Amino acid sequence: MQAIKDQFFSRHNPRFIPILRHARIGIAGAGGLGSNVAVTLVRTGIGALVIADFDRVEASNLNRQQFFLSQLGEAKVDALKSNLEKIHPFTLLEMHQIRINEENVVPIFGQCDILIEAFDTAESKEMLIETWCSAFPKKPIIVGSGLAGVGNNNALKTRQSGTLYICGDETTQLQGRISPMAPRVGIVANMQANCALEILFKGIQ
Amino acid sequence: MNIMVNGESMAWQPGMKVRDILNIRNYTFKMLVIKVNGTLVKRAQWDSYRIPEHAEVSVIHLISGG
Repeated sequence: MQAIKDQFFSRHNPRFIPILRHARIGIAGAGGLGSNVAVTLVRTGIGALVIADFDRVEASNLNRQQFFLSQLGEAKVDALKSNLEKIHPFTLLEMHQIRINEENVVPIFGQCDILIEAFDTAESKEMLIETWCSAFPKKPIIVGSGLAGVGNNNALKTRQSGTLYICGDETTQLQGRISPMAPRVGIVANMQANCALEILFKGIQ
Repeated sequence: MNIMVNGESMAWQPGMKVRDILNIRNYTFKMLVIKVNGTLVKRAQWDSYRIPEHAEVSVIHLISGG
């Protein structure tokens, strides 16, 4: 396994590896954004992920989330853990099957260097940002906002305000026939993961 | 005297609050996050938080979907 691990990391910039391996990133939600962020960050060889979600896998999730038909009815955190472990065993996975609220953000994600917001509703996004920024004014939080629909690649962007990063078009709302679909959800999830790496590796070449 | 709101210049008035910016700019979006000079101003403080001169304000729309 050590030989596989050495090969796994062999293409990375050697200066990135210790930072990557010591990083602990929180993902609040394991749906469209969260499951895709998790897969991408595990692919990078990130040291540890803390992932929380209360929900179970439904058929409607299969259109954009990293689950399989055989996992319908399973807790998302259990199904995702099993899928991530199939990629490789070098990322520590701490899963919590729980609904995140003001009281448990700090106990669950407090040890994380960066938090990635991957919730569904705008209300829960606001709750997470307010709670995280109040508790940890210096720790980054990366939010997804505006990712429904199709096309319009170039409207997707990242905006920074202090420690808050927003990925998405900040415009497209879920309404009528505009639903979240795999391409844009996947793009925004990967923008969030990419933003996390950029923060981690800042100043290192 | 001016402040910057989402990169656009806006007139500043003494005693100006976060709520005034939302009203003047007609931000009616239900879920918003407001940052003033990089510091988050919680929803509960929107009526009381005073905007300093030359402030840099970010108004961020939070949209469901994920």
